[in-house]
Amino acid sequence: MARVPVVAGWFTDEGGDGDEEGFRLLGTRCTACSAVFFPPERDFCRDPGCPGGELTRAPLSRRGRIWSYTDARYRPPAPYASDPDTPWRPYTLIAVELAAERIVVLGQAAPGVTPADLAVGMTAEAVPGVLGEDTGAGTGTVRTTWWWRPVAVGR
Amino acid sequence: MTSGAEAGSGSGEIAVLGVGMHPWGKWGHSFVRYGVVAARAALGDAGLDWRRIRSVVGANTVRGGYPGQVAGATFARALGWQGARVTSVYAACASGAQAIDAARAQILAGLADAVLVVGADSAPKGFFAPSGGDRPDDPDWLRFRVLGATNPAYFGLHARRRMALHGDTPEDFALVKVKNAAAGALNPDARYRTRVSPREVAASAVVADPLRLLDICATSDGAAALVLSSLEFARRHGAADPVRLRAVSTLTPVYPRTVLDLPDIATDSALAVRSPPHSFRASLARAAYEEAGIGPADLSLAEVYDLSTALELEWYEDIGLCGPGEGAKLVREGVTALGGRIPVNAGGGLASFGEAVPAQAIAQVCELTRQLRGTAGARQVAGARAGIAVTQGLFGHGSAVVAVR
Repeated sequence: MARVPVVAGWFTDEGGDGDEEGFRLLGTRCTACSAVFFPPERDFCRDPGCPGGELTRAPLSRRGRIWSYTDARYRPPAPYASDPDTPWRPYTLIAVELAAERIVVLGQAAPGVTPADLAVGMTAEAVPGVLGEDTGAGTGTVRTTWWWRPVAVGR
Repeated sequence: MTSGAEAGSGSGEIAVLGVGMHPWGKWGHSFVRYGVVAARAALGDAGLDWRRIRSVVGANTVRGGYPGQVAGATFARALGWQGARVTSVYAACASGAQAIDAARAQILAGLADAVLVVGADSAPKGFFAPSGGDRPDDPDWLRFRVLGATNPAYFGLHARRRMALHGDTPEDFALVKVKNAAAGALNPDARYRTRVSPREVAASAVVADPLRLLDICATSDGAAALVLSSLEFARRHGAADPVRLRAVSTLTPVYPRTVLDLPDIATDSALAVRSPPHSFRASLARAAYEEAGIGPADLSLAEVYDLSTALELEWYEDIGLCGPGEGAKLVREGVTALGGRIPVNAGGGLASFGEAVPAQAIAQVCELTRQLRGTAGARQVAGARAGIAVTQGLFGHGSAVVAVR
């Protein structure tokens, strides 16, 4: 079954081959002012005081601290891919603050992680994932993405 | 003193001559119908014939097709073409405030002496969702496609963060709903007009942990309209002491934005530039206070954008009613309830209205005006002299309006 990233160029291992150790979110960094952007800014640096530099590929830190979290108890509307004929299974969303980049990035939690497992300040790491229920049934395509996994419960 | 100075061009103030609303609800009609009802009510309240209006400003809706994108012209046509200047603006949840700001600029510049401002929406059931099609360059499309992150998901993130940082509890959040429902029960224009108990909030379904259905505002149909004018025009039309708008702030944020906000998947990085001293919401209020020459201590009431109960507590801190982290204390002590020291959302807030996006900021000013006129009936804030109304919306939009009498 074909495995393609939900968005191209946002993370390594777009085919989802399971290289967990090497997995990174991919931002961009401005060569002039060193500002980091995720999702990757391609055209212009958004720092208003920057004279304007090149935006180069910048793998982000794999681990950070949980800034906050919530969950989706109800099925989100399209374009979220979800079959309305299947029972809804809630998933958790985690926002993680990366210290080196001083940025907060939102992502779905790895399956099985619930809000009860989490606390603000807990360490979490980015791991390869697949998008929700988008198992490829009917389309023949699995969409890969990133998941945040709390280090305390994932290991 | 010249008549030019009397017209308010020096003071920067404009008059609120008329207010009008179509009650909020789920009525199943076109936004145009609601807007016309509100506009006619505002014109009637001002005692002005529509043909006397020299400019009409519409707050757009993204849900009304092409007519929604040109709301000013849509309302002008429905009211009957009469040759007025037309403006249509969109600024997400701040659309209504930006319409007021555009009207104010025209009045202060002398381009129009009396302006009609209208915002109306007809909302679908359930979560707001982006319009169809594949748009991988649109952050609003991406957050749904990649994460399924609905608006309540962001409200949940902010609520959980408050609990961790300030020790707020779900019971504190519920008190906001209880307070706003009690005020909304007294407002004929509100959609929800029954009181709510803490137990009912706690018994409602969790939508986005830790927030429950009754912590999150609904989406509604509704419309609000204002007739705004120069002070001189108001005087000539017999309004010697009108409610006046003394400040309108529609600033953008300052880079880097370090609080995760919808529709973004990540914050700006604070690596290259230190984060600004004040949050975006606080900066909106500070700019309005500065322009108005008043501070939080001068307020009689405040209308804040309570998309969620937890967000209302954030606003208390952002508009300076209390220090950081002290919001929950105010609602626990009844400070922000009707009869309290500084009532917040005396009209019932989004909790009682549900959100009719382009109408909402205009409705806030309708409520301030009624309160400052002393015509708010059972929910009247005694001796109201000054009020602030604030919003925040997607894509870096927000507003603060200060009204005085």
